[in-house]
This record gives sequence, structure tokens and C-alpha cells, in this order.
Amino acid sequence: MIAPAVLGGVLLAGPLVALLVRAPWERMGELLAGPVVLPALGLSFGTAFASTVVCVVLGVPLAAVLAGSDGWPRAVTRVARAVVATPLVLPPVVGGIALLLLLSRTGLLGRPLFAAFGLTIPFTTAAVVIAQAFVGLPFLVLSVEGALRGVDARFTVAAATLGASPWATFVRVTLPLAAPGLAAGAVLSFARALGEFGATITFAGSLPGVTETLPVAAYVALTNDPGSAIAIAVVLVVVALAVLLALRERWLTGLRA
Amino acid sequence: MIRGPARRSLACATTVGLVAVALTGCAEPRNAAPGSPASSGPPGGLAGTITVDAAASLSPVLPKLARAFEDDHPGTTVRLGFGGSSALAAQIVAGAPVDVFAAASTATMATVTDAKLTADPPVTIARNRLEIAVPPSNPGRIAGLADFADPTRTVIVCDPQVPCGAAARQVFALAKVAAKPDSYEPDVTSVLTKVETGDADAGLVYRTDVRAAGSKVKGIPVGQAASALTAYPIAPLSASQNLPLAKAFTDYVVQRGAPDLAAAGFLPPQ
Repeated sequence: MIAPAVLGGVLLAGPLVALLVRAPWERMGELLAGPVVLPALGLSFGTAFASTVVCVVLGVPLAAVLAGSDGWPRAVTRVARAVVATPLVLPPVVGGIALLLLLSRTGLLGRPLFAAFGLTIPFTTAAVVIAQAFVGLPFLVLSVEGALRGVDARFTVAAATLGASPWATFVRVTLPLAAPGLAAGAVLSFARALGEFGATITFAGSLPGVTETLPVAAYVALTNDPGSAIAIAVVLVVVALAVLLALRERWLTGLRA
Repeated sequence: MIRGPARRSLACATTVGLVAVALTGCAEPRNAAPGSPASSGPPGGLAGTITVDAAASLSPVLPKLARAFEDDHPGTTVRLGFGGSSALAAQIVAGAPVDVFAAASTATMATVTDAKLTADPPVTIARNRLEIAVPPSNPGRIAGLADFADPTRTVIVCDPQVPCGAAARQVFALAKVAAKPDSYEPDVTSVLTKVETGDADAGLVYRTDVRAAGSKVKGIPVGQAASALTAYPIAPLSASQNLPLAKAFTDYVVQRGAPDLAAAGFLPPQ
């Protein structure tokens, strides 16, 4: 039992240790202040925040629908939940390809959008937000659905008997009770969006300041400027650890849902 | 004894596992072992497998040369990998098991020679020039390089760190165009694909790529590109596990590759 556990620990902690040990600390200030890292950092945080907002706005209603789906046929709920969870198992590049087929100028929705409004979605910051929302939504929906199902029905019944409309009950009773699950799902969505690479580079492209997020910048820097790539890696690891530690394990409820 | 749903899951998992193992068996090409009685003794005793990493723009030509080489030398296998030259060079320097490297610029080959990883001095086999690629109907009404400075049009180029991106930057400087690309793609094939699908109004790719894409794109020649040609050096690598075969394939490409390279639209080496 001990040996496999130790091996697992080495597999998880080893790369992080190697990263921190081999980072060019003496050049870190110069690398971080350079033209690559800060714009990518700002873009990454901005788009991750925006995509988390999108996930919450779209995901909470979706989770509410799924949480109330007990009356539906089993097959339908199974398919619905599988579709929601698909971005979790889909390779991100495949997600990017699928988004291109939907929203590019010759895509299923993209072609009418372009013909009607002249709207091009790939190569824009909006495309980054869409790609990140695509991969982050399952975390939020599944976490919130679990939290909603865990709300004690007696509270909602009490609210109804006191005369609250279904909407008021949802907003003022159910959601606050499900808030920890919502927060956990949102944080996981945010973290996933921050690290998203494959769908972003395939669907949104790579342009500094517009679509070059931190992971994309690290990939581009890897061949000619490994120092920058390592600096970006360190930034991402520090941010990830900070987010997870700050939550003091409340994010685990999101995974257990 | 495992019963019920657990037994079904176990059977399912076992079947998936067996199928996965069987499929990996299909992935490895089978070659005759050197000196085995079944093979007819290839000329010069060449046998085995080599891995060739080459610039993405060589993908219309190298597969044909590799198959012709394998036909001339039964019992040999040439595996080809294509990508952006700078990424390939970085992988080779990091220790990737590659036998031959064909780059799209002398600068990316220099990354490998500077690390003392080439077994022979690199030999230039071809040169290439840039050309504008647009979708067949030219929806962006692109007429020339100047349109790359238009922010309303969707134009893409290679990342400056790969050879076609460096050449693009040179060409823009020569033409005094302040280009405003909407994306820097990691290799020339990505640029070409996005033009083919119509996601970009125009992309700056190689003339050979325009030719290889046939009717999927239309090419617009660029005058200044003649002053910003890229050179393609090839060299066997010293870390090769099969250096005789690596050198033989390199020599084959150098001596016999000219007709196929010219047919694909490459310019001669000098």
C-alpha cells in the first residue's frame, strides 16, 4: 500500500518540484516584466473570469433543469447528463475542432451569423471565452446540480406554503442553500478555463494581447525562449496552488457532486 | 466469485483492454529482421527503421521519396514526422529519437548543428518562396500584400519563430507593409488549413503549399518573396540508432530528390 502511494505522490509532486527547482529564478523578474508574460497573464485572467460568468449564467439554469428532471424517462436524463459531461472527456483539441465546425465562417451557426451580421468569431477574444466556457461548463453544471439536489425539500415546501412563487423560492431559498456547491463549481470552472490550451489554440488562434493566453504563450515560447516558457509555467502553478489553497478544500465538494 | 453488475463491468473493461492491446499491435510496421533467412539480402546490407523529422512544407514530397527508397531497399522502413521546424529542432535537442532532420531554414538547422547533433554537414536540397493563399472565391477581395495591413480583413501568418513566419516578416519589411495578422499559427500547414476552410481571408504560405492544395485555394504571387527565399537543409543525426540507413536516406534525398521537389514547386538549391 505504501509503495504505490509513494509512487503516486512522486508522479504528482515530482514535475512541480522539478519546475520550481529548474526555474531561472535569477531572471524571473526580467522574464515576468517582458513583453510576453504580463499581457498573456492579463488576457488569461480576463477571459477566465468572463467565461466563468458565462458558465454561471448558463449553467445554473441548466443545472436546475437537470435537478428537476426526475420525472423524465431514464434514457433522456442519462443522455442529457452524458452530453453535459462530454467536454470533460473530450480531448481539448477535438473540442476546438468541433467549435470551429460550429462557429467558423463556414460553420453550422457561423455561416448564417457571418452572412447576416458579418460576424467572425475565430481569432477574437470572444472565441477564447467560448472555448473556455465549453470546457468549464460541465464542472459548474454537475456541481450545482448536486448541490440543488441536496437542498432539503422541506425548506422549499415551507416557502411555497408561505406564498412564495416558484421563481422567488428558487432565488431566495434554493440558490442560497446551494451556494457552496455553486462557488465550488465556479472555482473549478475558473481554474479549468485558466489552463485551457487545445481548444483555444485550435479555435481562437494565437495573437499576443488578443488570443494568446498563458498556456498558448508558454507553448509558443517553448521552442525559442524556454526561459519565458518556464516563467509562465511557474506563474500558472503558483496561481493554481493559491486558488486551491485559498478555498481550503471547499472545492472538493464540486468534484464529489 | 464476481456477480451481477460488477461482473458485467469487468467483462466490459477486459474487452476494451484487449481491443486496445490488439490495436497497438497494428501500429508498429513489421520489418524483416536484418540477416533473417526470409529476406533476400538487400543491397549494401541496409535494413531496419529510421525516423525522419521534416518541416511541414515537405509533406507533399517526402512520402513519395520515402516509399521509393523503401522499394529500392527492401527490408527498410522510413517513418516520417512533420511539424514546425523550430518545434522539431527543439525536440531533437531535447533528445527525441530522430535519425534524419530536414528543416525549412538554415536557422532552425543551426539549432541542431550548434548542439553538435548532426552526423554530417547539412546539405541544402531546395528553396521555397512565399505566396499568398486565399479561398477559391477570394471572399476578402485580396489583391496583394498591402491587404495584410487592413485590420478589417482576417489574415493569418506563421509564427515568427518558424521559418515561414520569419520569411513573412522579411517580406513585409521589404514591401514596407505594416501587417496586422489575426493569428500567428505554429506551422504553415495550420495557416493553409484555415484558409482552405474559409476561416481566414488570406494566409502567407509557401508556393509549394498553394500548389499542393490544388483547387482548395487560389495563389496570389508576391514579388518581394523572391528576395526572401527559405532554404531546406537536411542532415543525418549522430544519435541515430541506425546511422548507415540514416546517411543512405539523406544521400538518396540529396541525389535523387530533385525531380520530385521541382514537381512540387520547390526551387533548386542554388
